[in-house]
Amino acid sequence: MDALTTAFGLVFQPYVLAVIAASAVYGLFVGAIPGLTATMATALLVPVTFFMPPVPAVAAIVTATAMAIFSGDIPSALLRMPGTPASAAYTDEAYLLTRSGRAELALGSGLVFSVLGGIFGVLVLIVAAPALAEIALKFSSFEYFWLVMLGFTCAVFIAGTDPLKGIIALLLGLLIACVGLENPAGAPRWTFGNSELMGGIPLIPLMIGMFAVSEVLRFACSTERPEMAVDRPFGNVFKGMWGLIKKYPLALLRGSALGTAVGALPGAGADIAAWMSYAVSKKFSKEPEKFGTGHVEGIVESGAANNSALGGAWIPALVFGIPGDSITAIAIGVLYLKDMNPGPMLFVNNPQNIYAVFIVFVLAQLLMLPFGWAAIKAAKRILRIPAALLMPLILLFCVVGSFAINNSLFGVIVMGVAGVLAFYMERWGFPVAPTILGVVLGTMLEEHFFSSLVKADGQLLAFFERPIAGVLGVMTLLIWLVPLWRLIRSRSA
Amino acid sequence: MQRVDRWISLLLAVLGLVVLWSARSFPNVPGQKVGAGFLPMLVGAGLVVCAALLFRRSLRGGPRAQAAERPREQQLPPLMVLVAVALYVLLSHRLGFLLVAPVCLVLLFRTFGQRWGPAFIWAVSGTLVVHLAFYKLLRVPLPWGVLKPFY
Repeated sequence: MDALTTAFGLVFQPYVLAVIAASAVYGLFVGAIPGLTATMATALLVPVTFFMPPVPAVAAIVTATAMAIFSGDIPSALLRMPGTPASAAYTDEAYLLTRSGRAELALGSGLVFSVLGGIFGVLVLIVAAPALAEIALKFSSFEYFWLVMLGFTCAVFIAGTDPLKGIIALLLGLLIACVGLENPAGAPRWTFGNSELMGGIPLIPLMIGMFAVSEVLRFACSTERPEMAVDRPFGNVFKGMWGLIKKYPLALLRGSALGTAVGALPGAGADIAAWMSYAVSKKFSKEPEKFGTGHVEGIVESGAANNSALGGAWIPALVFGIPGDSITAIAIGVLYLKDMNPGPMLFVNNPQNIYAVFIVFVLAQLLMLPFGWAAIKAAKRILRIPAALLMPLILLFCVVGSFAINNSLFGVIVMGVAGVLAFYMERWGFPVAPTILGVVLGTMLEEHFFSSLVKADGQLLAFFERPIAGVLGVMTLLIWLVPLWRLIRSRSA
Repeated sequence: MQRVDRWISLLLAVLGLVVLWSARSFPNVPGQKVGAGFLPMLVGAGLVVCAALLFRRSLRGGPRAQAAERPREQQLPPLMVLVAVALYVLLSHRLGFLLVAPVCLVLLFRTFGQRWGPAFIWAVSGTLVVHLAFYKLLRVPLPWGVLKPFY
């Protein structure tokens, strides 16, 4: 109880509240501009959060991402361009609603069901994370080894569409993680005598490159210029929302639950949650024929799903240090920088900080209603800002931000190379999420593998002897073996 | 996509072999049969195997073979983005942030189709805002270069 009171004290300070409000405005703005993603918003925030105490730093990321995922719906409805990839699943639906004169319904349902889905995800996080942490306290290196392996497996098989390219992306991430001194033997690997490389490839500039610079490059390539679908003042966006909640309670619940679950799976985030939910919604709808003609049901379900995924993604991130999506991959980097190393001990040693994160999560969802409403009102003005004006400024921000992490130009070089790598990976059909997971978890994998090997005295069977490790191990192997078995069976047939 | 995949698989195979070759020299953990070379070896071998699979698939026209038609694209602007980053890396310490940043910004604003006037105004004000935020507020030691006497 004391910890909870302290947590409230940590959050309800003028400084932290000001950070939350500023991040909310920033998140809404970034999310609303097509081409700027929620992950990019996080990557760009990191250099600033670097100079903050832990609670406001995490609060800034949590608030900005929640707002950005919602406001991605705004250009979907008005320009037929998703503001973030998480809104892409129902962009056509929202745009068709706007074209048929129901822009308020498209925008209002996006907002209200984002809030409701977000609250669902947060509630699951609040209930599940401490309970899981209790179990995770008993985990040894064997369980952690299999958790990391399971994380990689999910990122390759569940999050991606092409497992082979997913595996290659993962291997590239692991290769990046190998650079430096941080390995069981403490030997320099691919450092070429360079003192900067001894410390490994810096994570934050790498993320800024992969998620922000690659977007700037993508913008620079494209020739598309969108057109606004509505040119009149909006009416009341909350009108009819209660009716929608009463009409689609099951869709709301299903979208939120699926979103939270997909969010919690490593590598899969809000965008995949939205696509899956949209498909599920259509499958179970009483009026599937209306989908794709400007029907609100899909927006209800997948709009709730993408916001609930955010809360879900923090569950493995906080409890095991395994990111649920790319946003939490960056957030884990911030947690380490802030001496809030994720893991079950965080719940024991620093419960006030964890509670503070939960409070910020709830606060961010509640703030989304007034702030989101204001963003919708200001939408037409925000969308008129030409991206050609923003992109160079974003690039300058990336450069200075990458420099600021270690006050070194090496960070800027890493950023540039990572940007080009991510740009081409996306172009050639390689998913970026497994690479990020490989980079973030490579060291952890090696560390747990070696300590397990020493404990087991070289016996690989010992990796399956503890009950939870055994279950996790078998699950991981099954996910790998089932597609292989199917392939062999289809060949022989 | 098939042709691209073929080239990528060759590149990956070379990368995998280089990784395998260079990982041989990494030392073992004292008292253990494996060490710093274990994960790199695994990654190298994985890359070679995946490269072979990708190559085979590209020859047979696997599931990813049908690439979507990409809309018309520009070549110069993305190149200029990289030029701007390279300029910053090469010159910022010598000339200083306050000189190099506006030059990079003007270059990009012009590339993205802004006129000289707005490009210049936005470049200078953008630089000053970033300088204020990072140098003054966050105390990041942005380089002064030749402007050191004005520091």
